[in-house]
Amino acid sequence: MNKKLVGATIEHDLSKAPKTGNWRNVRPEVDKDKCTGCGTCVKYCPEAVINLRERRDDSKFKKLAKIDMDFCKGCGVCAVECPFKAIKMEKE
Amino acid sequence: MNKKLTEKLAPGHSTCAGCGIPSIVRTVLGATEDPVVVINATGCLEVTTTLHPYSAWKVPYIHNAFENAGATASGVEAAYKVLKRKGLIKKNVKFVAFGGDGGTYDIGLQALSGMLERGHQVLYVAYDNQGYMNTGGQRSGATPMGANMETTPSGKESFGNQTDRKDIMQIVAAHHVKYLAQSNVAYIEDLAKKAKKAFETEGPSFLLVLQPCTNVWKYPTSQYVRIGKLATETNFWPLFEIENGKYVLNLDIKKPKPIEDFLQTQKRFKHLFAPENVEVIKTIQKNIDRKWKELLKKTSNK
Amino acid sequence: MKDKNTKSKRIALTGGAAAAEALRQINPDVAPVYPITPQTPIIEGFAKFEADGKVDTEIITVESEHSAMSAAIGASAAGARTITATSSQGLALMNEVLYIASGTRLPILMLVSARALSAPINIHGDHSDVMGARDSGWIQIFSENAKEVYDNTIIGMKLAEKVEFPVMVIMDGFTTSHSVEILETLPDEVVEKFVGKFNPSRSLLDLDNPVTFGPVSLPDSYFEFKIEQSKAIFDAKDEYLKIVKDFASVSGRSYDIFEKYKTEDAEHIIVLMGSTVGTAKNVVDELREQGKKVGLLKIKLFRPFPYKEVAEILKNAKNVAVMDRAISFGSVPPLYSEIINSVFSFQLSVFSYVYALGGRDIFAENIESVFEDMIKGEKFEGTKYLNAKNL
Repeated sequence: MNKKLVGATIEHDLSKAPKTGNWRNVRPEVDKDKCTGCGTCVKYCPEAVINLRERRDDSKFKKLAKIDMDFCKGCGVCAVECPFKAIKMEKE
Repeated sequence: MNKKLTEKLAPGHSTCAGCGIPSIVRTVLGATEDPVVVINATGCLEVTTTLHPYSAWKVPYIHNAFENAGATASGVEAAYKVLKRKGLIKKNVKFVAFGGDGGTYDIGLQALSGMLERGHQVLYVAYDNQGYMNTGGQRSGATPMGANMETTPSGKESFGNQTDRKDIMQIVAAHHVKYLAQSNVAYIEDLAKKAKKAFETEGPSFLLVLQPCTNVWKYPTSQYVRIGKLATETNFWPLFEIENGKYVLNLDIKKPKPIEDFLQTQKRFKHLFAPENVEVIKTIQKNIDRKWKELLKKTSNK
Repeated sequence: MKDKNTKSKRIALTGGAAAAEALRQINPDVAPVYPITPQTPIIEGFAKFEADGKVDTEIITVESEHSAMSAAIGASAAGARTITATSSQGLALMNEVLYIASGTRLPILMLVSARALSAPINIHGDHSDVMGARDSGWIQIFSENAKEVYDNTIIGMKLAEKVEFPVMVIMDGFTTSHSVEILETLPDEVVEKFVGKFNPSRSLLDLDNPVTFGPVSLPDSYFEFKIEQSKAIFDAKDEYLKIVKDFASVSGRSYDIFEKYKTEDAEHIIVLMGSTVGTAKNVVDELREQGKKVGLLKIKLFRPFPYKEVAEILKNAKNVAVMDRAISFGSVPPLYSEIINSVFSFQLSVFSYVYALGGRDIFAENIESVFEDMIKGEKFEGTKYLNAKNL
């Protein structure tokens, strides 16, 4: 947008986003050996901060959950919902 | 962050840790390929996603006031209709209004009714956390019987909220809306499927989505999916649709769990397990059974 | 649009019909409407134009005035030229959202047929409703008669979109809204060209440049939003002056922020707004014939209020009387308060009168008595009530 916004209006700009990762007192740790890349955690993560990444190790599974710690609030939903108990909440 | 899931709503918002509202928003908005414009009533979603100077919204968004999401959406949609007719807008655009239960069942009911009755092409999504959570947890017309809320606290003379929640689905259905559905954030696929149907509906459509509130229902932040599922498994929150006036049950719970299984997960109902409130739980269970029967009757009408 | 008026026409219209005619020529995109006496003829007249295919407008028959303004906000934010109309309780019901329209800087045009407020309920004219909205951040333009209603509607639409502020064009309920007068309308294409196309600076339907309207702002930013808004509404006065100058060039009818009537050498000046000005002018003429140096200042632009310009006019007067058609309970009447603010830097006796609440008659002799008070040099404190029964 070129024009200056007038009145009570703002625009999305991720650089202005508070890093809600600061809220955490526990952090999710993904156990590479247990994660099957099923995507259950992705589906339920309220912050949408989990990605499935291609694995580069010799696991029989193709994908692995990766969590963006900038915005993860440490709620623990992923750990509870993981069908393989592959995510553990650890103290920060 | 997840690129696909954050195309329309980015993280960096300040919903409570473990709140399912953003999941509802992403699932609904993800159910259409068309560009969307969002209209939002005052409430948890609005205050947590638009805190100056940061907006989490990557799509056009308007918050007007608490009680007028329906009217605001009507204006936006009317503008689109006329500008499209004049050839000033080429694309097909979808309009989605989000409101909490306060903004839908209570203060926003009139504006919602007007929007539905006039037939605006808007999907209205109520995220129902069963109270005024943004102001700290007061009772709304959506609060279930027995809940200990700030304005209906339990005490020596009271078991908390005295009445059962308003049947907003019936109220909306009475507007002859072609598609409306009750869903639950714990059943993401059910919600996605319903949102898709709603977007394809001619005229207004309505989704009522259960949204467990970690803060006021008082349970650990990791539990929104678990508690949401229990709500449906106990028949406290059945999943159903009303399509062209026809009721469809989406999940038939053959052996419903007792309501205690749901109630005991949340501190808002803790007092109900005291000996003097035995009858209250019985009444709650009776009401659930009665409503379930009524629903089955409607859904079995071929 | 069919059946364009290609020529100026001299026609007899009520104030309400004059507003509807101007709106037809403006051809807004969206018009949320809700009935209330004495505004209803405006929206009814406009709805008939729509039904006859004379405008391209989407009319939304909302379920309350609160929703009328809420829908107007949605439509305007979506880049549509938006109008509505109301009165009295309707304006009061809108109060919450009036502030949102102005805080979001949305150029909504609203016709107001000014009427008394309940309780007791009264459907007749006074300025209580619009005075209740004077701090809502809207530009407020008062009209004396149907001719001014017509002109101000056109001027108001252009002003709103130019300065990105909502504008109220105000007429006196019944006295102006329902009284027939002869006026000269402009050709359709002249109005169309004068108002021009609406090019919003941001819009919900500008899909490539998504904007968040109505964010939350905490103590670290709210204050600055409001300071900016306050500066901008004062700046709107210059734009108003430019627009009325342009309007004079297309219509031959000149406007200012106020109308001075025989104030040049006047020792005693009455300040007032709205339909009573007509009667007051006759009184001035009669008293002038008797050699009395009296004059009249009719305020048109009430928000933003032109303090300095008003002071310029009043500074050489001996006495000033302000006639208000509203009461500010527990304080002095609203227009009186503005005039006191305007002249605070110099010694001037300013007296307060309230008249015609709830449609009470105001006669020439009542206005004459105001001048007589000043001429006699009668000083009094508080407010005198004209043509009121003794309590």
